[in-house]
Order: sequence, then structure tokens, then C-alpha cells
Amino acid sequence: MTKNISLNLISGRTIQQGVAIEGGKEKPLYRTAAGIIEMDESDLKKLGAWKNTNVRVTSKYGSVVVKAIETTQGPHPGLGFIPMGPWANAIIDPNTYSTGMPTFKGVPVTVEVAMNEPILLGIELVQKLCGVKTA
Amino acid sequence: MTKTITDVICPFCGTLCDDLEVVVSDDGKKLLEVYNSCVIGTEKFLHSQSPDRVTLPRMHQEDGSWKEISYDEAVEYSAQMLAKAKKPLMFGWSSTNCEAQSVGNEIAEISRSCCDNTAATCHGTSLIAIQDAGLPSCTLGEIKNRADRVIFWGCNPAHAHPRHMSRYSIFPRGFFTGKGQMSRKLLVVDPRITDTARMADVHLQIEQGKDYELLNALRVALKGEWLPDVVAGIPSEKIRETADILKSGRFGIIFFGMGVTQSLGKNHNIDEAIALTKDLNEHTKFSIMPMRGHYNVTGSGEVFAWQFGFPYAVDLTRGFARYNPGDTSTIDLLTRGEIDAMFTIGSDPGAHFPISAVQHIAAVPSVCVDPHLTPTSGVSKLHVPVAFNGVECGGNCYRMDNVPIDCRKVVESPEGMLTDEEFLIKVRDRLKQLKGVA
Repeated sequence: MTKNISLNLISGRTIQQGVAIEGGKEKPLYRTAAGIIEMDESDLKKLGAWKNTNVRVTSKYGSVVVKAIETTQGPHPGLGFIPMGPWANAIIDPNTYSTGMPTFKGVPVTVEVAMNEPILLGIELVQKLCGVKTA
Repeated sequence: MTKTITDVICPFCGTLCDDLEVVVSDDGKKLLEVYNSCVIGTEKFLHSQSPDRVTLPRMHQEDGSWKEISYDEAVEYSAQMLAKAKKPLMFGWSSTNCEAQSVGNEIAEISRSCCDNTAATCHGTSLIAIQDAGLPSCTLGEIKNRADRVIFWGCNPAHAHPRHMSRYSIFPRGFFTGKGQMSRKLLVVDPRITDTARMADVHLQIEQGKDYELLNALRVALKGEWLPDVVAGIPSEKIRETADILKSGRFGIIFFGMGVTQSLGKNHNIDEAIALTKDLNEHTKFSIMPMRGHYNVTGSGEVFAWQFGFPYAVDLTRGFARYNPGDTSTIDLLTRGEIDAMFTIGSDPGAHFPISAVQHIAAVPSVCVDPHLTPTSGVSKLHVPVAFNGVECGGNCYRMDNVPIDCRKVVESPEGMLTDEEFLIKVRDRLKQLKGVA
């Protein structure tokens, strides 16, 4: 059975994500900047994953493959961080509780190693999840 | 020979830096270098020069390919779409100027659209709280000159507003803050040890989602009442110590960001932060300010508010403005599948909305007005590239402290390319013809 761990997921801005969105969301740099999950070193150990391994992150609302990297702004055991973007938004909680604001922070997720699954480019991921035909 | 243009405004974040220098070619057609801006702002200016930039509107075809069309055809599609729809949604507005926003509002009135800006996914909940409790605020200039207690609560300006700290909040030497950083105490509340938190005098590493509890505990500590041993992961002694630091300042400011607005509790977290500001004013002078993201999201709220009476989530489908977040707000309209046409401008909901909302954008007739290729343009039926506002055209924008600043044109856009405002005026005029409006 595949090993998985539970984390509390938050998303947010990073400067690398900011540079990538202005440099072109169709480019691989956007995936490098935002198609990641920052995890605490202790959580990577619990998962039994090396740094920079592809992982599948799943919530009640969806599932997405991203690269697990060791946190750059930690330690924060138990907390996962995916920079804002299509990868985070594939799994965050869309409920607004009558405020208009989805719950981008504080989403329970599970993480499992998905070494052989590809991380899609930003536009490609959204098109696939929306069932949009591409040439 | 090249020309250097000084005092250029940066159209990236709500800090709206106004001290950039941009070097352009002699004929004003090429942007060569950018000085003084942060790395994100620099990228924005330079990307306008990208050789692979889309320069003509494109329609998404049945087979998944894109077909280039003229601006006139794009205007016709947009106007027809808005004229036919029963409940269109016009979303975005935060990365364009106030002049374009105002034309957009005319279109929204004629087409009886719902209209909303990116506050939907940033400070919408703050706006609800401000309507509930008011906002004792100030300008960034006052903070630079006076603030000796600076709190960043649930925000990370080192990444999201890279020059905020050097221009206004921490490092500059102001009139009453002559020693710059040494004159101020920096407090950061964040569940991560962010790069901003690393610089702080006090970092409260709060349990994620417990902002309301900690804000409330600080109010209790200010009153000197009983506290549990630990609140939101912070020991009570540390909370009392923090309250004392805040009380002992001469002028304090609470900057708050997505950590507070997007976590559970939402607008109630901000209510409590405003209440804390009010309580602190019994001891010293304190202000509070939302860290606005897009460079003109504040302007969009201003334009909506003075034209419709509400700052976001406006529904004009009945012929008059209604505002009821949860009902008239974009994410809810999309996830409930109520919208039958989507017009996006100056933002990228495809990248920044929950996927269940984006799926509905992909399912209806849609127009995306954006200079970039984005996930939104990728799922829209029509993509209309326009000039970069703040780079290739000027216009009015509002800084995060509600100070209006005119952006400047520094370089020519590709030949024949329309600005947001020019495209919207054409859509408005055609829509008037279709609707028989004088």
C-alpha cells in the first residue's frame, strides 16, 4: 500500500511565483515556481520521500501532482504550502461561507509519492481539468 | 542614443512604487532597461517586449486550435455575447486603469451584468468587515514618517510587496523615525517563519486559522484580564509582552493580508483586527491597512463604489445595483452555474479561482482581455490581447492606501494594438447599437 501523510494546506504568494506570472504563465518556469508543495523536513521523512520528488496531493475537492520540496520558509511541521496558482487551486476548498471568498488556506490534504506521474504546465493543467480541447 | 524616463509608476502590486527609471530606445519603441523596481516589476516591464507576444485577437476553434481575427470581429463577438446573455459576469478590472473600469461599468449597466473585481479572492472579506466596523486608516507617507510599531499579520511583503518595507514601512528614515529600522519594532504573525518573519523583533508563529482567537487574546491582554496559558499556539506571557510593546509605541500600524482574509473566520477575523485597532487607540495612536495585491484593485473598488455604491460583488441584472456577498459574488455565481457569459479583463481567474469555478468559465461563451497568455485565455472562447497598462498606456490607479496615482506610458505598444479602454469603448458603442440604447 502506498504510504501517505495528512497535512494542513495553505497557499500564498512567493516572489518566484510573482516573477513567473509576469514572465509568462505558458512557460515551464511557472511550473517550477508554483507546481510545488513546500513541506517540512520532518514531514518529508514521515512520507519517506526524497526532496524534489513528485507527489500527488489530494483533498476532498480534487487531486494534483506537484513536486515536493523542502520548505524555504520553515520549519512548519504539519503544514503544506503550495504557491498560489492552478496547482493549489485544483485542490483548495471553494466554499465561501457566504463571504464570496473561497477557503484558500486551511484545507486538509493527503500527500503520497507519485514518482512517475508528470507535473503539468499551468495552462495545460487548467485546460485538462476543464475538459478544454487543445490542438 | 537611448532615453531615460524617470518617476515611472510600477504596475504590479498595491505599493504602486513611483520612483522607477526606464531606459527606452530613441524612437520610444523598445524598452531596454528598468531601474529601482523589484524583480517582479522588472519582469513585468521586460515581458512587454517579448517577441512571442500575441498581437491579434484569437478565437478558439472546435478542433482546439486558435484562429486569428481582427479587433472589429472581437468587438462584435464580445458585444453580441453580452447582448444575448441573461446573466453575464464581467470580472477582473484590477490590472487596468480607472478610466477603463468606468467604461466597463457602462457596459455592465447596459448589459445588466454582474460585475466584480479581484477582491473576490483577496480582500473581499476585508471590505465586508470595513462596512461592519469602519477602518481607522492612514496613508503610507504617515507610516514612513511616524510608525514605530509595525505589524504584518498574515502577510509576507518580502515576497508579495517586495519594496513595501524599503519605501514605507520598515527601513526608510522618516520625519519622526529618523533612525529608520532602528526607530521601529516589527511584529509578524504568521504560521510559517517567512522571510518577513525572519526580520521581525517579535514573530508569533500562530496555529494556522486561529487569527480570531489571537486577536481577541491581544484585546484581553490590553485590558489586563485573565488569559488561558496558550492561545492559538502562543503562550499567554508572550501575548502580554506583545500587548505591552504595542501600547508603548507612539504610532502603530497593522498591515493584514491573505492569511487573515482567506482563512476560516474570514470577515470576522478582520472585524476583530479593527476592534483591536480601536482598543489600541485608548493607549496610543494606531491604524490598520489591508495589503492590497493588484496595483489597481483599490481603484476598482473606488470606481465601483462611486458609480454603483458597492466596492465589489455588484449585481445589475435587475437594472439596479444589488450587493450580497455569497449571492452576488463571483465564485458563488460560478460554482452554482448561474452565469451564461463571462467577460474577463485585467485579471486571471483561470489561475486563481478554485477549479470548480474555472470549469464553469470554460462551459459558457467567454472573452478574456489580457496581454498575456494565461489559464483564463486558455479556457476562453475569445482572447483579446491589449496594451500593457502602466507600460504602453497611462491612466489613473489607486495605491493600497487609497491615494490615486497616474500611471505613465513609457513605450509604444505593437502597431495596431488597442488599450483596454479603447477596446471597451468599441464594445460599449456596439452594445448600445444592439440594445437600441441612445
